[in-house]
Amino acid sequence: MATVIIPSLLRKLTGGRERVDVVAKNIREVVADLERQFPGFAAHLLDDGDIKGSIAVSIDGEMGTGGVLDRVRPDSEIYFLPAIGGGR
Amino acid sequence: MAESTNGHYKVIGTRPIRHDGVDKVIGRAKYGADYAFPGMLFGKVLRSPHAHAIIRSINAEKALKLPGVKAVVTSADLPEAEDKTEQVGEAALNPRHLSMNILARGKALYDGHAVAAVAATSPHIAEEALRLIEVDYEVLPPVMTVEEAMKPGAEILLPNLRNKEEGDNPTNVAQHLQFKRGDLEAGFRAADFIVEREFHTAMVHQGYIEPHNAVGIWNADGQGTIYCSTQGPFEVRSLSAQVLGVPVGKIKVVPAEIGGGFGGKTTIYLEPLSLLLSRHTGRPVKLVMTRSEVLRASGPTSGSTIKIKAGCTRDGRITAAQCWLAYEAGAFPGSPVGAGAMTILAPYAIENLLVDGYDVVVNRPKTAAYRAPGATNAAFAIETVIDELAEKCGIDPLDFRVMNGSKEGTAQLIGPPYRRIGYIETVEAIKNSPHYKSPLTGPNRGRGVATGFWFNAGMQSSAVVNIHSDGTASVVTGSPDIGGSRASMAMITAEVLGLPITDVRPLVTDTDSIGQCDVTGGSRVTFATGTAVYEAAQDAARQLRERAARVWEKKPEDVELRDGMLHAKDASVAPMSIKQLAGRLARTGGPVSGRASVNARGVGPAFAATCVDIEIDPDTGKIQILRCTVAQDAGKAIHPSYVEGQLQGGTAQGLGWALNEEYVYDTEGHLRNTGFLDYRIPTCLDLPMIETIVVEVPNPGHPLGVRGVGEVSIVPPPAAVANAIYRATGIRMTELPMSPPRVLKAILKHGRGQEVQSAAAR
Repeated sequence: MATVIIPSLLRKLTGGRERVDVVAKNIREVVADLERQFPGFAAHLLDDGDIKGSIAVSIDGEMGTGGVLDRVRPDSEIYFLPAIGGGR
Repeated sequence: MAESTNGHYKVIGTRPIRHDGVDKVIGRAKYGADYAFPGMLFGKVLRSPHAHAIIRSINAEKALKLPGVKAVVTSADLPEAEDKTEQVGEAALNPRHLSMNILARGKALYDGHAVAAVAATSPHIAEEALRLIEVDYEVLPPVMTVEEAMKPGAEILLPNLRNKEEGDNPTNVAQHLQFKRGDLEAGFRAADFIVEREFHTAMVHQGYIEPHNAVGIWNADGQGTIYCSTQGPFEVRSLSAQVLGVPVGKIKVVPAEIGGGFGGKTTIYLEPLSLLLSRHTGRPVKLVMTRSEVLRASGPTSGSTIKIKAGCTRDGRITAAQCWLAYEAGAFPGSPVGAGAMTILAPYAIENLLVDGYDVVVNRPKTAAYRAPGATNAAFAIETVIDELAEKCGIDPLDFRVMNGSKEGTAQLIGPPYRRIGYIETVEAIKNSPHYKSPLTGPNRGRGVATGFWFNAGMQSSAVVNIHSDGTASVVTGSPDIGGSRASMAMITAEVLGLPITDVRPLVTDTDSIGQCDVTGGSRVTFATGTAVYEAAQDAARQLRERAARVWEKKPEDVELRDGMLHAKDASVAPMSIKQLAGRLARTGGPVSGRASVNARGVGPAFAATCVDIEIDPDTGKIQILRCTVAQDAGKAIHPSYVEGQLQGGTAQGLGWALNEEYVYDTEGHLRNTGFLDYRIPTCLDLPMIETIVVEVPNPGHPLGVRGVGEVSIVPPPAAVANAIYRATGIRMTELPMSPPRVLKAILKHGRGQEVQSAAAR
């Protein structure tokens, strides 16, 4: 199963758990599985069905470019991060 | 032409003369303010004289009656944009806030905030018209610092602003973000030494020489064109479309030559106003900011308050670090505190850490990107503390960094492990430099070092490589050239095709003439647009092989392109040059045009290290930079001269942060230093020749190993200077800039005065 590392401020939604396993082939399914396990989680990540502009997704150390379409492997590590940049 | 720095390449690593050099040297290059069209009007912007005020009413009747005035617009002429966050280019933005920054809606939120705009037949009439616009303000107390803005009961700037932690309570804190790892308390318990300090950095401006400008032409057919100085023509197009409420496809943006940007020209100010005024008048409208307007009302970068607590063992192992960062966003959310929080511990492998960042609105101009946004503030704080820890351990500050430094496999602050990076190599380059090995003697002198990190960016780029009938080529992108990237694009093309660099012409075109090219920022152009160019050139090479195969009646896979010559692999026919083949393209299928578009992956982060020698005048507090060396990992330097130029430019700006630059506001929130006489950027008289060391640890994510070099060299200098001051005086400076009055005050406070001695001399 892929593993999501939960941002520290969202761990209140996961009962303090830092790492959560998900069954998913892409980020859309990652978010869906997080929502299934922790209702309300998806609202922190999605806007109009895609990853919020203020959030970046790292999959196995590579920043995603495809939003919910990015593929994940069964052993992937996924991080949701603040989008880099700012100052605009 | 100098020799290549890598024997594998023929063109890459050499130092050809830039293709755009002649036009710039002789003054023929066309900048935004140079554009003129028949019937063109001139626009001016009325700006708020108050830092914080409710706009009760705006009356433009008298202005509109002035002969020559053709239009006056306010926020009432713009559609109300949606209050949401979306991704545009490298950053998130809120369309409503963007629109409210272009023209104030209901409230003026900083000194200089645009309130109305005028178009008239001359700039003077437009200026006169501004004086005739009557604005009824209700002045409110300004909130100028993060400390004031975060206090309970603080005056609120944006009544609708909320954050997740404060529920439905109005707030000036737009966002809190946090990174946490390990057991912080256990980490501090394991420490033999703990350093705890609070730092303050001033709001500073990019200081580009060319002010913002825009010429807008709105045609009767509903199509608009903007000519402007920008780092991101595609962003100008999409952001202006947002603000004006028109489809993106209705606007074309033509990027002019650019007289500096450094991040500050990645957003919009005048551009939608030029189109709006043109739409109202049916004529082209030009707007050009004055220097005062640039400083008051474009996008500087955040001032900040940063608290650090860090500990290490006696033998120099960092055991824990806690960082608290609050950045001034300006009038609307969106400071670079996220990047500051994510970069602050990036050079170090630390098991136990906690980083909190706060994005705070204050009555200052909305901040914009500035060269490694957020990282310089953060590095000033952490790199000073690292220096202090190293001193407590009795370890050389560079050795201390190597002992604790990030390397391939180190878990980043943000979580994932680093791929191949060059932090250790960069620090060691300074350690082994002639500068660091040289003695520094004399009174009041000190040497300091510091390091820095920047992510670099990927994002979208497009490129086309055209083969002309004489065998020369052009390479077309949509990435404005702010640091010599035209030369790099031509060199990559020349390398792939085996052409002389003088046979490749690089062009930057408009938004209708090439696929999406995201902003020139994030050190991304040579990396990402370079990837697109590399692939487009490969596409052209593939087509050339196919054409040669057709001429020779062979299969394309039996033909190869080497050094500008097409060869049959079986050597059954004489090789043919691209020039020879180019003359036969019409008979072999038509023109050859290679193309590629990428959303680049494989970004390689960059590190820099800086060593600086200073001398302090103990009577005035003035600091003289005696010598400065910067080392930076470029991955692969395509054009070493322009890489070195980036290292020098970033360092010069970082030294400006260190020594003089700051926004000075009075108690009512008026900016008091609105020109370059009072906002003091370094000149060539202030700095020595900055020595550069280009480290090349290739980025495995790029076909040529490129990382991107445009930003990270700005990050270490303020901390390096602070550490040098400490070596000279024994005083730890914790506030930027370290200007003469501030340094003198610190000297007097420490009771040293004329007794300041150089540690090096002792």
